[in-house]
Amino acid sequence: MLRFNILVFACLSYATLLFIVAFWAEKRAEAGRLGWLRSPWVYTLSLSVYCTAWTFYGAVGYAVRSGLEFVTIYLGPSLMMIGCWWILRKLVRIGRVQRITSVADLISSRYGKSTTLGVLVTLLAVIGTTPYIALQLQSVALSFAVFGANDPTGAVLPDLDKTALWVATGLALFTTLFGTRNLDANERHHGVVTAIALEAIVKFMALVAVGIFVVWGLSDGVGDLMARIDASPVSQHPIMGTRWIALTMLSAAALITLPRMFQVLVVENSDENHVFTAGWAFPLYLFGMSLFVIPIAVVGLEVLPQGSNPDMFVLTLPLHFDHRILATLSFLGGFSSATSMVIVAAIALSTMVSNHIVMPIWLSSSAGGAMVSGDVRRVVLYARRLSIFGVLALGYLYFHFSGGSEALASIGMISFTGVAQVLPAMLGGIFWRGATRVGAIAGVVTGFVVWAYSMFLPSFGAASGFTPELLANGPFGLTLLRPQALFGVDGVDPVVHAICWSIALNTVVFVLGSLMSFPRPVERLQGAQFVNVFEHSGSTRGWSHGFAEAEDLLVMAQRILGPAEAQNLFQSEAEAQGKEGYLPDTTPAFIERLEREMAGSVGAATAHAMLGQIAGGVLVSVEDLMAVADETAQIMEYSSQLELKSDELARTARQLREANEKLTALSIQKDAFLSQISHELRTPMTSIRAFSEILREAGQSGDMDAESLERFSTIIHDEARRLTRLLDDLLDLSVLENGQVSLNWARANLHDVIDRALHASSEAGGGVRLLIRRNELSEHIAIETDPDRLAQVFINLIANVRKYCDAPRPELTIHVRRKGDDRLQIDFIDNGSGIPKDKQAVIFEKFSRLTDHAKAGGAGLGLAICREIMTNLGGTIAYLPGQGGAAFRLEVPRVRARD
Amino acid sequence: MGQRVLLIEDEPNIIEAIRFILSRDGWTVETHADGATAVAAVERKRPDVIILDVMLPNKSGFEILRELRDMADHATRPVLMLTARGQKKDRDMAEAAGVSHFMTKPFSNTEMLEVVRRLAAEAPENPMDTSHG
Repeated sequence: MLRFNILVFACLSYATLLFIVAFWAEKRAEAGRLGWLRSPWVYTLSLSVYCTAWTFYGAVGYAVRSGLEFVTIYLGPSLMMIGCWWILRKLVRIGRVQRITSVADLISSRYGKSTTLGVLVTLLAVIGTTPYIALQLQSVALSFAVFGANDPTGAVLPDLDKTALWVATGLALFTTLFGTRNLDANERHHGVVTAIALEAIVKFMALVAVGIFVVWGLSDGVGDLMARIDASPVSQHPIMGTRWIALTMLSAAALITLPRMFQVLVVENSDENHVFTAGWAFPLYLFGMSLFVIPIAVVGLEVLPQGSNPDMFVLTLPLHFDHRILATLSFLGGFSSATSMVIVAAIALSTMVSNHIVMPIWLSSSAGGAMVSGDVRRVVLYARRLSIFGVLALGYLYFHFSGGSEALASIGMISFTGVAQVLPAMLGGIFWRGATRVGAIAGVVTGFVVWAYSMFLPSFGAASGFTPELLANGPFGLTLLRPQALFGVDGVDPVVHAICWSIALNTVVFVLGSLMSFPRPVERLQGAQFVNVFEHSGSTRGWSHGFAEAEDLLVMAQRILGPAEAQNLFQSEAEAQGKEGYLPDTTPAFIERLEREMAGSVGAATAHAMLGQIAGGVLVSVEDLMAVADETAQIMEYSSQLELKSDELARTARQLREANEKLTALSIQKDAFLSQISHELRTPMTSIRAFSEILREAGQSGDMDAESLERFSTIIHDEARRLTRLLDDLLDLSVLENGQVSLNWARANLHDVIDRALHASSEAGGGVRLLIRRNELSEHIAIETDPDRLAQVFINLIANVRKYCDAPRPELTIHVRRKGDDRLQIDFIDNGSGIPKDKQAVIFEKFSRLTDHAKAGGAGLGLAICREIMTNLGGTIAYLPGQGGAAFRLEVPRVRARD
Repeated sequence: MGQRVLLIEDEPNIIEAIRFILSRDGWTVETHADGATAVAAVERKRPDVIILDVMLPNKSGFEILRELRDMADHATRPVLMLTARGQKKDRDMAEAAGVSHFMTKPFSNTEMLEVVRRLAAEAPENPMDTSHG
């Protein structure tokens, strides 16, 4: 137990060292002194999370069981790094440009931010990775046990389970501490990556040290070892071509599809060029890791007792020969392999789980209320921490219930195949614009189902219901559906069978689904951004605060704000920063200020998108585009409103112009009217004044005869009456024109009204005899009207005949006729010479006196008043041409119009 | 004095008033009521002073004045214009047409008499007219 205590101590010390290194790296990164933290070597070493405990311990076991086949696990990624660097580079570019946080995020955002795909890929990753985490826990626990018991058979100790629990808890703490310090997935986990790089060195050194010990300590150098290998059963295993090809390709796929590999390869990448360094350095690392696998396997088989677990040879060999330091180093190497894998996998999975499962649920359940308040940050942090514990708990539970006795390598294969199901959607997504969400979902689901049916579930043995009978005969006796011989493809290695069928069906369904469905607009946009990522984003321009960038900004700002304003803005900022010229440092504050200024011109979304492209090297996101589209729509809406407004304005202007013309015309009329009134009033006044002055003088001198006195007085009197009449007419007309007249509606007999009018005008008319012709019988018609007003019109017309009828024997014919049921027609026709044609139109206007003043005796308002009265009574008056003499036709309603 | 005034006016009471005022002062007052034939009447009668109303039947006083001023014989003949439309623009039009004096109705009898006397006195002697003088 003493050795075990030392081991625990070494283990804790090592863990403490990792904590310190991670902490120190974080501090350094926070202080902005990235330095070698961003070096391609750290990047390359971090890729070594590929080499887990499976590789560290399991490769030897693999070699013992299957000979050289284990090489495929190293060969795949190496070929990928060397031969397919262009895929990696594209992934890295997309990851940076689109701010991708995980495999699930990549697939989901490529296919139009599909939630379904995000959840699907997350589930796939969790299911595929959980056994793998369990595997790591098991290997650490097992190595503890082996070390503690020094029993090469790796007998299970009673506290194996407890060890795994402790390890899981410790890892959860470490991951929480260094994996969720920053929220923004784009911020790199410098602490974690540095610690992993250190672990990569430790596991490499440990394996190489054991290898050297085996080759030069337990053998006599390379020559001796070669001979031993030749004699060993390890070299007797046949090499199966199909398995090699399938496994190599699977491992190659794993390099980009495993959540932890995607995390270090894409998400943690800080510089695209690191891919090139890693392109040769990482294969070298893998070569070093695989170099001593066969020697250790061969020597282990020879030296260690029968029944020793070959998966533990790396640890048991030094132990067997009591090399404590080497054994401890070997143990730490295995520990490093296991922990680095678990930590990175936990970070990757927790990001997926919290982003694609926890957050959507939380956001929809809290009705978006918290979106507004500032506590989303905390929620996301807790979601991620919870997810880390959840992922590790799942791993531990899997380990606890599966018993953990299976060969390590088989779990690795199953896991690889599971996560490889995202490969078609991933590669299709970044190279084929035609790939659609429907195709991706269908493909992933198909691959997942085939994988689960032919590989994952059968691995649980009979307990999962996949009994040997079912494997042999298929479900319900359907031999076509035998899990390990689908569609009658028999005699193929089960692993190859599962890989080929799942990937092949996945790909076919994905392609067919994509061809048969139409992408939504968001998918189209995202597809274009992913596939053409190199055309959209600048070559290698990151967020560099250089002059070139400030210059770009100035060029753009000039286009939008105008040269003078843009230069002023830049100059003032440069001055504020204490610099000369036009190019200030592009500080976030300045960028914000610029964005505000530009937003005033082009709208916030557009400004943000434009600045994002230049300042951040960030592509326009779909949301940005949508916002731009929204703004454009608003502007279009606004402009159409403006158009409406301008139409309205034009209409108003026209109305105003018309009103103005009307007013001008009215004003001219008013001037003419006032001028007329002035004339009509002044004329009698002139006579009155002149004769009153004459009379006054006569009164003083007393030399005027009585006849003249009377004559002049009469003139004054007549003119005074004329004035009064004129004023009466004017007032009457004014009241009638304004519609303010109060009519006394009454029932009357038309005959009586005409009688009254004739009587009144004969009294006023005096001497001239006028012959009236009328059919009195036809005049007895009841009429509802204002009898006085109607009589006034008649009097006026009769008076006009008396005044103007130039016949030697003036005659007036009054003719009454019914018109329809409810109107009467009354014609007044004299036998004079009538009204000349050119005057007929103006006789109803005010002051339109046709003959000279003396004869008329009125102001020329009579017919104007008649017309107003008729209008007020609901009737009309018109001149009736072609009757010989002057003829007027009246029309009146028999009954008052009710309105 | 024995000079002659031609009164072109269509309002009988006003004609009577002016005739009374001027004839009492020794003027010979001839009248004409129609605008259309007013110029011909001036040609025929060659008065020493013309009193011209603006609002005449068939032709306005302004037109008559302009026509007279265009004729060599009447270019300087004194014309007293009377109007019942006492607006400034009427006065302006009258002056533009070459009026000798402008009065608005109603007028003062004394003023009327004085103006006619002054116009007759100021008028340049017209050789053609002396035969009548």
